[in-house]
Amino acid sequence: MHIAVILRLVPDLSDELDLAEDGKSIDREWVGIALNEFDEQALEEAVLLKGASGASVTALALAGEGSERMLQGALARGADTAILLEGFEADYLDSRAAAPLFAEALRALEADLVLTGVQTIEDLFGQLAPYLGILLDWPQVSAASNIVLGDGHCTLRQEYSGGRQALIEVDLPAVVGLQAASQPPRYVSASKLKEAIKSGQITRRTVTAAAMANPVEVQSLAPPDRSAGAEMTADDPEEAATQILAALEARGIATR
Amino acid sequence: MTKVLVHIELEGDDVAAVSYQLLGLARKLSGQDGKVDALLVAAEAQDHLPALGIANRAFTLSGESAAAYLPEVHLKALVEAARQSQPDIVLTAYSSAGLDLAAAAAAAGDFSLVAYCEEAERDENGLIVTSQLYGGRLVARSRVVLPALLSVIPGAFDEAAGRMSGAPEAVDLAHHLDLSQQRMRLVEVTAPEGGDVDITKAEALVCIGRGIGGKDNIEEAEELAELLGAEIAGSRPVIDSGWLPKTRQVGKSGMKVAPRLYFCLGVSGAPEHLEGMRDAGFIVAVNKDPAAPIFEVAHLGTTCDLFDLLPALADRLRQTAP
Ligand SMILES: Cc1cc2nc3c(=O)[nH]c(=O)nc-3n(C[C@H](O)[C@H](O)[C@H](O)COP(=O)(O)OP(=O)(O)OC[C@H]3O[C@@H](n4cnc5c(N)ncnc54)[C@H](O)[C@@H]3O)c2cc1C
Ligand SMILES: Nc1ncnc2c1ncn2[C@@H]1O[C@H](COP(=O)(O)O)[C@@H](O)[C@H]1O
Repeated sequence: MHIAVILRLVPDLSDELDLAEDGKSIDREWVGIALNEFDEQALEEAVLLKGASGASVTALALAGEGSERMLQGALARGADTAILLEGFEADYLDSRAAAPLFAEALRALEADLVLTGVQTIEDLFGQLAPYLGILLDWPQVSAASNIVLGDGHCTLRQEYSGGRQALIEVDLPAVVGLQAASQPPRYVSASKLKEAIKSGQITRRTVTAAAMANPVEVQSLAPPDRSAGAEMTADDPEEAATQILAALEARGIATR
Repeated sequence: MTKVLVHIELEGDDVAAVSYQLLGLARKLSGQDGKVDALLVAAEAQDHLPALGIANRAFTLSGESAAAYLPEVHLKALVEAARQSQPDIVLTAYSSAGLDLAAAAAAAGDFSLVAYCEEAERDENGLIVTSQLYGGRLVARSRVVLPALLSVIPGAFDEAAGRMSGAPEAVDLAHHLDLSQQRMRLVEVTAPEGGDVDITKAEALVCIGRGIGGKDNIEEAEELAELLGAEIAGSRPVIDSGWLPKTRQVGKSGMKVAPRLYFCLGVSGAPEHLEGMRDAGFIVAVNKDPAAPIFEVAHLGTTCDLFDLLPALADRLRQTAP
């Protein structure tokens, strides 16, 4: 059983997002980057499945700033192999554009199960898992959790609003857009990370597929209109507390 | 003439609220002389046709394989409906189903795609679409070439505009689809597990987000909840980290709540969270990031550190408590 996990770096939202000069994209020069939180869940689920059934786990990423370090982190967390995909020009590829590149690599890997995060905060042009499902002609399920491997299939849970869930059996090979791992992502010690940085092998593969076209032109990016937004309290916590409780009292709510 | 195809979802036994929102948008984009097609996959799809009066035509798939949502069945039906309808625009909701379908149907049918759409207008060459990006931190305005698929955020469009009874022409897809070779099977659908409380019934909720920092800090928020007579709830990461039970999750994949008071601490206000609480009566948001999108829907906001604010609130509430 071979599980491939696709990992992507995204802007760290605890940093300020500055716009590029053209006003059509964010300035990627200075913004911090972090592993997409749902991809981190996908990696954890893959490593849990490895522990439960002896599957091997390959982590895949597009080459770019920070990608090698991210893959070393994946090795430290329990991935067996890490592959960096090269051969494209752009600094940034959205999920739709990148899907054919990943699909080419996945076909060559002969993976049985492809896991990736259900979305990224940058998926303006659609999510990766369903694109891959079509390109590979494999069944795909998104918003999934609780994967259990079976013989030629896996079962998983798909979550709906209001807390309803479906248990679905999916034939392998398959693509899954993961929502949450069966356990919170494990902590990786600094020493383990250092070891992976020193000895972890990252394989480089060139992919030749063209990016998927999308005739959409972003004209502008801007912060949302705040005109109808919250009234703000004073900055001082004591004053803020007084103001908040006065507002509740004025509305007759939650005060005894 | 503009043609729009809408993927309809059910909520229990009824057409989902978001589907009416999509139907209203579809009519706006098609214009009165354009055509709106609906796709409905349900155990007895014909029963719902009168509710889809906005549509000129409805593609239906009924029977056992259509009775509960299964990604593969809905995808096949949507691809087939798009093949027959040849729409300029396809609309899906940003729901669990929409996550499966939007990008897949776009790739299969060669549609351009914009996700997290919250506004759309026709222009001479196609569409101008506004959508959310970076967890609601930025809004993108895009020019979209047709044919296009839009994945639409629930709550962004007027529901009343899509509610109209009528009798759309029905087109049965059953004979056009091969459902004998399924690559996935539904084992069971489970109702939400019963919990200690039903947060949808609470008059007041204190909701903690990732900003609470760890399980050990929850006690302080619980104390505020107790002093306010509120129940405690959490955002998705708080639940996924195992700090609160799943029954207390607010949002897209949790509970939809509308208490009189929604007091949130360290919640950023991602669209998936807002979907579950934006109808609350009075929303107080505590978040040290002044750019957090939660302040767009909150009535009262503060950028204090929650760990500074909580003791100040508790002191005052303890003094006034009988
Ligand atoms: C299909 C799908 C379904 C989803 N369903 C849900 C759902 O049902 N519910 C849900 O909530 N999410 C859901 N999500 C996840 C959603 O996208 C966000 O990831 C999530 O809502 C973020 O949670 P948060 O606001 O707690 O965390 P973050 O976005 O990490 O925000 C934490 C906030 O805390 C603030 N903060 C940190 N420290 C302090 C401090 N000391 N004092 C004050 N403020 C502080 C920070 O400024 C930050 O804004 C879903 C996602 C997907 C893809
Ligand atoms: N009774 C039902 N019959 C058919 N499909 C349903 C039914 N209830 C829910 N669904 C579908 O299940 C999916 C998830 O629903 P929701 O819980 O609204 O996210 C949607 O695509 C609905 O259309």
